[in-house]
Amino acid sequence: MLRLDNVVTHYGNIQALKGISLEINQGEIVTVIGANGAGKTTTLKAICGLVSISSGKIFFRGKDITGKPTSDIVGSGIAMVPEGRRVFPRMTVLENLQLGGYLNGDKNLIRKDLERVFELFPILKQRLKQIAGTLSGGEQQMLAIGRALMARPKLLLLDEPSMGLAPMIVSNIFDIIQEINQSGTTILLVEQNAHMALSIAHKGYVIETGRIVLEDTAKNLLNNEQVKKAYLGE
Amino acid sequence: MVIGINIILAVSLNLVSGFTGQLSLGHATFMGIGAYTATLFALKLHVPFLVALIIGAATAAFFGFIIGVPTLRLKGDYLAIATLGFGEIMRNILLNLKITGGPMGLRGIPKITNIYIVAAAVILVIFSLNRIMNSRVGKSFIAIREDELAAEAMGINTTNFKILAFAIGAFYAGIAGGLFAFLFRYINPNNFGFMKSIEILCMVVLGGMGNTSGAVLGATILTILPEFLRSVSPVISQYRMVFYGILLVVMMIVRPQGLLSDTSFDFLKSSVFGKIKVKKIAEKGGQ
Repeated sequence: MLRLDNVVTHYGNIQALKGISLEINQGEIVTVIGANGAGKTTTLKAICGLVSISSGKIFFRGKDITGKPTSDIVGSGIAMVPEGRRVFPRMTVLENLQLGGYLNGDKNLIRKDLERVFELFPILKQRLKQIAGTLSGGEQQMLAIGRALMARPKLLLLDEPSMGLAPMIVSNIFDIIQEINQSGTTILLVEQNAHMALSIAHKGYVIETGRIVLEDTAKNLLNNEQVKKAYLGE
Repeated sequence: MVIGINIILAVSLNLVSGFTGQLSLGHATFMGIGAYTATLFALKLHVPFLVALIIGAATAAFFGFIIGVPTLRLKGDYLAIATLGFGEIMRNILLNLKITGGPMGLRGIPKITNIYIVAAAVILVIFSLNRIMNSRVGKSFIAIREDELAAEAMGINTTNFKILAFAIGAFYAGIAGGLFAFLFRYINPNNFGFMKSIEILCMVVLGGMGNTSGAVLGATILTILPEFLRSVSPVISQYRMVFYGILLVVMMIVRPQGLLSDTSFDFLKSSVFGKIKVKKIAEKGGQ
């Protein structure tokens, strides 16, 4: 469904991604794990067109989306939940969700999508008129995911959804991620919480200083000695 | 009437800086472009007033677009500096062109602007602004201010929307400029310099960034206050700009959200109050 071919990006003179290749098939949860500064977020931004790509190609559903503007990429069916949630803090929950459905202007569609988001996150329905900045961290994460779902993505990119959240809420969110996946959305999950990510993923990539160093099924990675030592703390 | 013109300037800058979050220090320039264009069309080509006004505003919007394309890729301070530079460039162009009368400005403009025209313009501007802000476009403006990256990730083409906000703001400022020219019957480049831009910004900051009724209130206070001080002592009003500077600093410390803060974006409600206020103010301005 999504294929990255030797993607290289730069921040000024610094090479952030030194040739990332990865592949995601329809219906999968694929996770990219790695330490701080390894290039996980940059990879997601590159897919969305939020950072420019120096070389390499990105294909989505067979089409070359390299260098396309973000609005086109989002329109083609990729939605991102940015790192640190980044809800619109001074807008209401409802306005945040409406902006998520920005590209499908049809009011009836938006209403339907809202219902679907409320099914996944009932708490958001209660908080509809609340200012997003006053929600708890977990609720904001739910809002950020709900907002991305409003774009009806075929591929959902999640950037560290566990960041700064209590363990109980993290497992709650991960349950919902699986639920979203089962209803037909392909997911690319970037995480520092390697254990959680690998436990729900089908396939995993390990990224180190801008390079993919390991690629395997999630099960194998969980049992890989190297991964255990470096990322699972065992 | 001056209050009404200032209200249009303040609410239009508020669209750019308050709602969309792009700090512009050259708003008076667009007013100037509108004023000069409208005046020249009326004087040289004998175009009727209303048509001249619209042409002036459209020209201002066009310049807003032209300037917006390169500068709105800049962020924060850089954008402010670029708009400042643009304002100075335009002022110098106006100072040196023959057709604009150079530093002598343009004189002999008929007095057409009256209280009804200003009131109608203010109401139209505020009404249309509220329609924009309650639409998808308006929500996109606010989303850009709130979090540009997130807005872009939603599929909002942030650069285009920033340019659009800039152009709409310039259009309104151009209307204000036209009204100004046909009220005072004389314009020169220094009417539309950096100090005027700062004055407009002060109105917006005083009233509250991102709040239309706040901008209306700010414009009203900062139009009446200098006149009032002039009647107390002419010396004080000479130090007006010192007062604006102090005002900006004090506001930042004491009440950065402005007199009327609006964190809830309940601007449907506030806009109703806004309109009532505008009518009252327009009446006051005529006396």
